[in-house]
Amino acid sequence: MNFFTRKKSASSAKERLQLVLVHDRTDLTPAQLEALKDDLIKAISNYIDIDPEAVQIGLERDGREQRLVADIPLRSVSRHRAG
Amino acid sequence: MTAQVITVTSGKGGVGKTTAVANLANALAMDGKKVVCIDGDIGLRNLDVVMGLENRIVYDIVDVIEGRCKLKQAMIRDKHYPEMYLIPAAQTRDKNAVSPSDMVRICNDLRADSDFVIIDSPAGIERGFRNAIAAADRVLVVTNPEVSAVRDADRVVGILEAEEKGTPHLIINRLNQALVRNNDMLSAEDVLDLLGIQLIGIVPEDESVIIGSNRGAPVVTDGKSRAGLAFRNIAKRLQGIDVPFMDLDQQSGLWGAIQRLTGRK
Repeated sequence: MNFFTRKKSASSAKERLQLVLVHDRTDLTPAQLEALKDDLIKAISNYIDIDPEAVQIGLERDGREQRLVADIPLRSVSRHRAG
Repeated sequence: MTAQVITVTSGKGGVGKTTAVANLANALAMDGKKVVCIDGDIGLRNLDVVMGLENRIVYDIVDVIEGRCKLKQAMIRDKHYPEMYLIPAAQTRDKNAVSPSDMVRICNDLRADSDFVIIDSPAGIERGFRNAIAAADRVLVVTNPEVSAVRDADRVVGILEAEEKGTPHLIINRLNQALVRNNDMLSAEDVLDLLGIQLIGIVPEDESVIIGSNRGAPVVTDGKSRAGLAFRNIAKRLQGIDVPFMDLDQQSGLWGAIQRLTGRK
């Protein structure tokens, strides 16, 4: 890699660690997370019409807390439920 | 006196636990505190050589546990600070010769008569580590700004939280500020952000640490060493004294002077 074009290594160290630590802390592999996502889509689809392609599920960290964050856009719903 | 029992651990080996223990103990002794160090690395003892006390060992911690000597007989008095002691690890035994309750009992016996008990934990997260944290009032996790050390430190922090040992404090050891400036080493901020625990000190990479270990005279005794100053500051913080973190960008020598003059920093 050229000295001038290479990405500075500290940034890749941090990005890689961020991912590794989230999985270490939750003891959840990327494959398991993918399976969880599929199960979740199936369960939700029993009640509400969603676009499986648009669903985003990921682990986020905030200090030492882990959070499972899901963004699940609904297909044109005619009425809204509270909550 | 009721001693504070402090365990120094890291997960990964070779990040500077033993160096940290020897230096913090010396710095506390320099501040007039009565300190007892315990080498928790049964079978791979090293704190004795780093502290320069290897020739004085008669009894070790396993001798105390198995009743071959009194606790006092296994406490080796330091050459320079008569209020500093080392309880060495056994070299020809394994971790199973010590149990967590043995450590609790020994530390409780030491509490009444000292200000600080500092335990040097072995690397890893097995028996030796469990022994080392059993009696701790406070845990210090040592890491280096590199991927493997940070990952292992995170595992250890997770275990300490699960064991309800409270959140440990972090020592970032061997930080090379020139590499950080060049964005080729994780910065202290990066490491703190990743681990999410409170910082107690940053120790810059410093050749005089090795020189100190070679001589069995920890670097805190060298008034000019930057790493020595960092360890002295951590020792103050352990005593509850609020010391500002050092300016790591401050460089000594000609290059530092040029940078200051040209306003590069």
